[in-house]
Amino acid sequence: MALDDQSKPYFKFVGTRPKRPDGIDKVTGRAKFGADSYAAGMLHGAIVRSPHAHARIKSIDTSEAEALKGVKAVVTRADFSKDIKFTSGKDSEHWNVLENVMADEKVLYDGHALAAIAATSALIARDAVKLVKVEYEILSHVTDVDEAMAIGAPVIRKGASDKSVPSGLHENVVSYYESGHGDVETGFTEADLIIEESFKTEATHQGYIEPHACLASLGSDGKGELWCTTQGHFSFQKVCAALLGLETSQLRVTASEIGGGFGGKTTVFIEPVALALSRKTNRPVKIVMSRSEVFRATGPTASTSMDIKIGMKKDGTITAGQGTFRLQGGAFPGAPGGMTAMCAFAPYALKNVHQIGYSVMSNRPKQAAYRAPGSPMAAFAVESVIDALCKKLDLDPIEVRLKNASRKGTKASYGPTFEEIGLVECLETAKSHSHYKAPLKKGQGRGISCGFWFNFGGETAVSLALSEDGTVQISVGTPDIGGSRASIALMAAEELGIPYDHIRCTVADTATLGYNEISHGSRVTYATGLATIKAARDAINKLCKRAAEKWGIPEEAVKWEDGHAVPSGPNAGDFEPLSLKNISEKMGKTGGPIVGHFEANPEGAGVSFATHIVDAEVDPETGKTQILRYTVIQDAGKAIHPSYVEGQFQGGAAQGIGWALNEEYIYGSDGRLQNAGFLDYRIPLASDLPMIDTVIVEVPNPGHPYGVRGVGETSICPPLAAIANAVSQAAGVRLTELPMSPPSILAALKAE
Amino acid sequence: MSNIHVNTTVNGDEIGFLCDPRETLLDCLRDKLSLTGAKEGCGTGDCGACSVKLSGRLVCSCLVLGAEAEGQEIETIEGMSRDENLHPLQEKFIEYAALQCGICTPGILVATKALLEKNPDPTETEVRYWLAGNLCRCTGYDKIIRAILDTAADMREAS
Ligand code: FES
Ligand code: FES
Repeated sequence: MALDDQSKPYFKFVGTRPKRPDGIDKVTGRAKFGADSYAAGMLHGAIVRSPHAHARIKSIDTSEAEALKGVKAVVTRADFSKDIKFTSGKDSEHWNVLENVMADEKVLYDGHALAAIAATSALIARDAVKLVKVEYEILSHVTDVDEAMAIGAPVIRKGASDKSVPSGLHENVVSYYESGHGDVETGFTEADLIIEESFKTEATHQGYIEPHACLASLGSDGKGELWCTTQGHFSFQKVCAALLGLETSQLRVTASEIGGGFGGKTTVFIEPVALALSRKTNRPVKIVMSRSEVFRATGPTASTSMDIKIGMKKDGTITAGQGTFRLQGGAFPGAPGGMTAMCAFAPYALKNVHQIGYSVMSNRPKQAAYRAPGSPMAAFAVESVIDALCKKLDLDPIEVRLKNASRKGTKASYGPTFEEIGLVECLETAKSHSHYKAPLKKGQGRGISCGFWFNFGGETAVSLALSEDGTVQISVGTPDIGGSRASIALMAAEELGIPYDHIRCTVADTATLGYNEISHGSRVTYATGLATIKAARDAINKLCKRAAEKWGIPEEAVKWEDGHAVPSGPNAGDFEPLSLKNISEKMGKTGGPIVGHFEANPEGAGVSFATHIVDAEVDPETGKTQILRYTVIQDAGKAIHPSYVEGQFQGGAAQGIGWALNEEYIYGSDGRLQNAGFLDYRIPLASDLPMIDTVIVEVPNPGHPYGVRGVGETSICPPLAAIANAVSQAAGVRLTELPMSPPSILAALKAE
Repeated sequence: MSNIHVNTTVNGDEIGFLCDPRETLLDCLRDKLSLTGAKEGCGTGDCGACSVKLSGRLVCSCLVLGAEAEGQEIETIEGMSRDENLHPLQEKFIEYAALQCGICTPGILVATKALLEKNPDPTETEVRYWLAGNLCRCTGYDKIIRAILDTAADMREAS
């Protein structure tokens, strides 16, 4: 998309911090989240799940469950579309989703759904689940990525690999990616020091506090309504319709307020099940997951095993970088092996670089996106090695990164050439930040790391309707996962020249707007924002036309200025400016409703970079790491609502801290998840963290009218490595596996 | 199993409901009384999203049975502002952008109000440890802590 009107020199509303439109609802308990909806005559659904990591289902006997008073229906795979067939590779996406939603012949992980029950109360539904008798033939299983790729590992599903996979690899490798430029072998010969190291990271969960929840109503005529917590109700509409054999347009999906997603609410789990139960009972059905179901059966991130080799000259120049990234994505294709490899060396302008990514299946839940999928792990490995090289060569870690930093015109490690990017600005800001210069005590360490994420655009539709009283309502199709309604209203205020408070932004249901891609890829403020600006300009054109008609002058002779239609110059004539309200209050008589639209795929989402600085202290007795000080520096392009930009920076950093130090999926040798609750899967508490300082760097993105870059994901990329680097300095041991929990740090200290 | 009739006071109003002996207070508030401000984040006492006050004590309502509410006074997020004015904590949370998704917000507000009633001048560390039972996955707590410390200062000045 050509955007020639970039970088407005002066903003009136953008960059201010008004109250969010849903603020009062959220602080009074009125906001309706996924589980907060009820319907007359509603039934409650509960799901029967496999206790085994890998087993063939020999039989399912639901007779006892069905006999329980209050049980109204049971569904199994037979109640879903028969038209969805397994094919190899990516074409099988609907089949994969269906297989995950409801197992067919085999259960593939601990927690895999295989039947569901609707009953008059949640308690009865849960009781009935226990009465379902399933006979299993237990199969051997594998949950570790390296083991899953090794000769002899049990095959999760034959024929699941796509065409990218070279022959000779285990069938659990379902996708392969390779890229690079230059010649790494030559590059390594030019190095004064080469470090080669292997890394592992465990799967972590997005950990949103709101479990998946939905309320579904579907009739035998194929018309349905679905209310659910989701990052993308249009996608849910499409997928649910396919899984149930409905026409997409006959299913209306409304997104509830969403209690956190971070990528984990981009895919359906219980929604098609609730619809199937509703169809079978002709009653609304509500399903709410328990926390343990969330852990066992919804998307953790991929676990990884990675090998990195980097060569550096004495002056800090990186001569070559090579990485191999193996990503375990659960019992389905889709682990972001390729994206991990693409992100790994993106911050650096390398003459010689080569990266390989594998997507691998195992007997674990299907991985789901988690904030910049793959990038944090890649950064952990690469930035740890760079740090080790800096230490050995006695070089300043920021200077080295600056020396090698990607900038405008750099051929990126994954192929394209960067446009305007803000990595150098982030690093310069870090270098001069008081945090970087502050003294450290004995036993404390400081780490830094860079991080990168692509950001996305995607299908976007927005409509912006004027009211007669001069106010404006905007309908967007991207669920608000972090305050985006405020940012969108700010951008509309900026364009229209009317106060922020006169604009209401609503997340519309699927019947109201054209298709909108999911709120993911840090795309909402960028793409929905761009769409809003364009829709506002469309409305402004229509407003100017009405003014021109009133004044009897050509349309081109009217322009929009500060909320008013005005004659474009002295030749156009001398007319009193008309405010938006002056025009809209008469619109019924001057040609009808005035509505601005945008429907397209914005394609200029600028990539984004960050640099984090962290101070940590390691207790040598217990191995516990305390984060003492944390600073996030990230390029936002242009911060529309700085408070929510800071919030994204801080939230990503906090999640990264949890990932680095505590969080992990722990599987027993039986393939069962051992820590499916917040007590044993410990996310950071208020008492674990310091304040998280932020600096917003603004290097405008040429692909957005105001320069916006997505900010939601990049913030989780640097923390893992930054903390590992701080721990290495504080404790004198470098951990190459995450999490760096107290026992693993103690073990590393003992081994020293 | 026969249901139990429970009489309680919720946010100052006398209310009765019928509940299964196994139902939690959280279930009863949400499903019987339509008070969905308290959230179930875990059901095991780990997240604090279901925080309410039960006769003056801050509790996780997912760990209390509905039947235990008999004769007690319950305060929920819905009772935090009794007229058109928000409680200062609610105001400040909006102003400070101390919420992103807002699912943790009712629990954190109820818990924090209880803290400030006990200790109007908490240190940052005291606030952080008081809220150690209230998980927030979105914010990293920074803006929450700042909003609370600032509200406490305002409230001390006002009183
Ligand atoms: S729902 Fe009660 S503590 Fe989490
Ligand atoms: S604001 Fe989302 S969990 Fe706290």
